[in-house]
Amino acid sequence: MCTWIVQSAELNGSGKSADGWIPITKANVCYDHPAHAFMDHSVNIDFVNENGALGDRVAVEISAESARQLVDAILAALEEGSKEHGDLLAAGSG
Amino acid sequence: MAGYEGMIAEITTVKGYNGDEIAAYYARPLGPGPFPGVVLIHHAPGWDEWYREATRKFAHHGYLAISPNLYEREGTGSPDDVAAAVRAAGGVADDQAVGDIDGSMRFLRSLPQTNGKVGVFGTCSGGRQAYLAGCAGGFDAVVNCWGGRIVMSDDEKSEKMPVAPIDYTEKLSAPILGLFGNDDTNPTQAHVNTLEEALKHHGKEYEFHRYDGAGHGFFYYDRTNYRIEQALDGWEKLFHFFAQHLAA
Repeated sequence: MCTWIVQSAELNGSGKSADGWIPITKANVCYDHPAHAFMDHSVNIDFVNENGALGDRVAVEISAESARQLVDAILAALEEGSKEHGDLLAAGSG
Repeated sequence: MAGYEGMIAEITTVKGYNGDEIAAYYARPLGPGPFPGVVLIHHAPGWDEWYREATRKFAHHGYLAISPNLYEREGTGSPDDVAAAVRAAGGVADDQAVGDIDGSMRFLRSLPQTNGKVGVFGTCSGGRQAYLAGCAGGFDAVVNCWGGRIVMSDDEKSEKMPVAPIDYTEKLSAPILGLFGNDDTNPTQAHVNTLEEALKHHGKEYEFHRYDGAGHGFFYYDRTNYRIEQALDGWEKLFHFFAQHLAA
């Protein structure tokens, strides 16, 4: 964890943590050493509730390639959703 | 009884930066000593099980060993949750870390079993902080294992980490051992070269070992970067170095 590369996004939604469902207000995205995934570096995403306890976190650690696929999948889902339900991105809701 | 061995390991508190009380994992051999001391500076994944084990390893080798929780102020919880919060916050401030390490060193020096010598050991971000602590003074030996960002570009500096540790090299007050993997991306071989040049320039006593076939964190037996051959050699070099410089 020596890269200290961190990006973040404000979020509005919920996530299921070890203790059940929690509000999610932010995602911290970093490229660094994982705590659990068996690889040297990974994209680590912490979905957190900034107003909650330290453990109010849904964490994933995925390979860089997986992360790109995830980004593509999110964008593809948004694209399809926009076709059926209007322009989700423009609506700024979701 | 010949061959008897024993140790005690427990959580204690030390007075750290700003007089704050912080938790520390403390292990020592049983017996009156005198024993040398070592402060262990945990890595970015936090004050975790590996550091508990390393602390006991030093006690097994005859050291009063203490590992302060540098993430104490971020809250309590599982080490990975705490480390995630620290990571999101851009790490802990250098001044705070150095104060906590200094408090831990003073704790060891206050013990009746001390031989009066104290070293500092750190890996990853802890290696960087061990370097900072060595430059702040008070230690008799410094071990920096693959500490990244000792050499920093201006855009890597922040409010919490405003000065590149290499810029303090003139103040380094103890011999230093550095262990590095040649495949590491932080520090790179070029970073290690730059650090070595600075130590030479200021006439500091140093011993660097650079390992082929190893990258970052090659001591961590539970991670993919573990390299058994290099790790075993590194531990041997490290204990030899401390034995040389921390004997009474």
